[in-house]
Amino acid sequence: MSALGRQRWLGPAMFLPAILYVVALIGVPFALAFFYSVGNVKVGSVGYQFVGLHNFRSVLQSPTFGIAVRNSFVFTIGSQILVLIGAMTLAMALKNAFRGRRLVRFLILLPWVAPVSIGSIGWKWILDSLYSVINWVLIRFHLANEFSPPMWLGEPKLAMLSVILVHTWHMLPFATVIILAGWTALPKDIPEAAAVDGAGFWRKLFQIEIPMTLPIINVAVLFGVIFTFTDMTVVYILTRGGPYDTTQVMPALAFFTGVLGSDLAEGAAISIFLVPLLIAVAWLMLRSAHRAEIT
Amino acid sequence: MAIVETRGLTKSFKAGQAAAVKNVNLESREGEFLVLLGPSGSGKTTLLRMIAGLEEPTSGEIRIGGVVVNDMTPRERRIAMVFQSYALYPHLSVLGNIVFPLKARGMARAEREKKADWAASLLGIKHLLDRKPRELSGGERQRVALARAIVREPSLFLLDEPLSNLDAKLRASAREELEQFQKRVATTTIYVTHDQVEAMAMGDRIVVMNFGEVRQIGTPAEVYDDPADTFVATFLGSPPMNLVESGDVTIGFRPEHFFPVAHVAGRETVPTDLRKPGIEGPYLPLHFRVSHEEYLGAERILYGTLEESRFEAKKVISRMSSTHDARFESGHVYPFSVPQRHLKFFDRAKGTQTAPVPLVAAAAAP
Repeated sequence: MSALGRQRWLGPAMFLPAILYVVALIGVPFALAFFYSVGNVKVGSVGYQFVGLHNFRSVLQSPTFGIAVRNSFVFTIGSQILVLIGAMTLAMALKNAFRGRRLVRFLILLPWVAPVSIGSIGWKWILDSLYSVINWVLIRFHLANEFSPPMWLGEPKLAMLSVILVHTWHMLPFATVIILAGWTALPKDIPEAAAVDGAGFWRKLFQIEIPMTLPIINVAVLFGVIFTFTDMTVVYILTRGGPYDTTQVMPALAFFTGVLGSDLAEGAAISIFLVPLLIAVAWLMLRSAHRAEIT
Repeated sequence: MAIVETRGLTKSFKAGQAAAVKNVNLESREGEFLVLLGPSGSGKTTLLRMIAGLEEPTSGEIRIGGVVVNDMTPRERRIAMVFQSYALYPHLSVLGNIVFPLKARGMARAEREKKADWAASLLGIKHLLDRKPRELSGGERQRVALARAIVREPSLFLLDEPLSNLDAKLRASAREELEQFQKRVATTTIYVTHDQVEAMAMGDRIVVMNFGEVRQIGTPAEVYDDPADTFVATFLGSPPMNLVESGDVTIGFRPEHFFPVAHVAGRETVPTDLRKPGIEGPYLPLHFRVSHEEYLGAERILYGTLEESRFEAKKVISRMSSTHDARFESGHVYPFSVPQRHLKFFDRAKGTQTAPVPLVAAAAAP
């Protein structure tokens, strides 16, 4: 076969597995979710009847959904702010060489490498109402009342704080690695020039280093937003959305309604509400990546 | 008063390894253009960075304007530095770059813009103020870096190979411009380069460094005509000084002082007090076997060996103007000579310049 002929087939052949993967594992379920969301499908039901926007109407009328939307935003924004501050601090600390840096880098990566469910189960014990090591320590140091210690997963505000903190713990390594990479790629002489020009630590950080790594920080944040907004593991394992739906988030609600509550159609409708937001984030991400390329 | 003074300044990056800068004592004078010259790895940039406060000395003292600044941050030293890469802030406009040091100092907006305007017109970049660094050419970037340095009217300028990123043609004009600029603002300048032409052309004084040590400090004429040791002798000058060894001494002479006898016969006399012992007459006659010639337009470079049994390491170079039209066949021996007063004597073991010693009498040429 001629080189040209080979080329004509080789390209598509190499591309095919990726297309198959996207179609089979993302395209089909996504189309199926759309299909379910406008039907009357239940777990175990055999027929399909088109019901139009009925499921969406019903979802919008449910008070739980409103709470879940609000919680999703609190959960995402809260954890991303903490992740961003934490990751930048860690990146700054890990940027300079010191004894044992490799070990520290490895340890910091662990929460990301460990399966999130196992990590979350560990945290469930740490935050347990009876066996919490945190409370044990607090009581020993007389920082908490021995007879009514904080119920980390049982009080609405504390429960939200707990899921945010555990999710932050899980997401921190990823953002740190991305930001650290961006930070290390900064030409060394630019911060030095700023120092000679009379900039102190904060001016150097906010006027030189952060603006210069902004495209990379954007990527870290946008990935973080997607991973957080669509995540249900931490909430599912720690609180199951409770107490009283105060930690209920959209993906978890979709799972509870669609799979555990066997109302597939309504669960699909809930998850479809995630789509506009994720499209917006994806668009921002592509734009920011493009900007990073041309600068 | 010395603007910058270093006393016993030493820097080692790793304990037990050779120091990057060893016991450097420098004193720069008011308004002076001081050049730190040396090959890469000679410690010149490390020395500059210690003066800037970007590198901490292992021992020794740095004074700026009479004040010990060892423990001061770069910010407190109030100096300006131009980096080899220019280190412009890529996300800021040219104006943003120029006013950055003024902002850092907390200067009011109106005054800031007045100063920036002054600096920009001084360097002829007023039309570029709205551009981003990536939209500028190499020469323009260099001017922006200079404007950013000059705008706060520092008492000291540090320049780290600012011309090395420019192409050869631009470099010559940028060199001249930089020199004129320094004369006009009359700010004490320390300039790091590995390019001897830059050093000779721009420096009021040159500090020649090698392996972290200062080998010689002097005006361009002093370091070129009277090198302190064989390193300075060979580092300055292109082609470098010829060195031939004889007994305990190394004898050096510049390629431009090594020319055919016919070219100079009877034209020059040497005062008796300048005569080197052991040599008869004003010239030292030498037999030169030419191996090949390079024609460089304005000058001709002859490579070959000395046919002299009294010298070792006999590879030598002769450099003459191309207006000299004698022909040299490769492989042939020609009578050449060096004026006595241009012979330098170095201690063969230590490499430092020594008093002239009598030469072994010339054996008959083969």
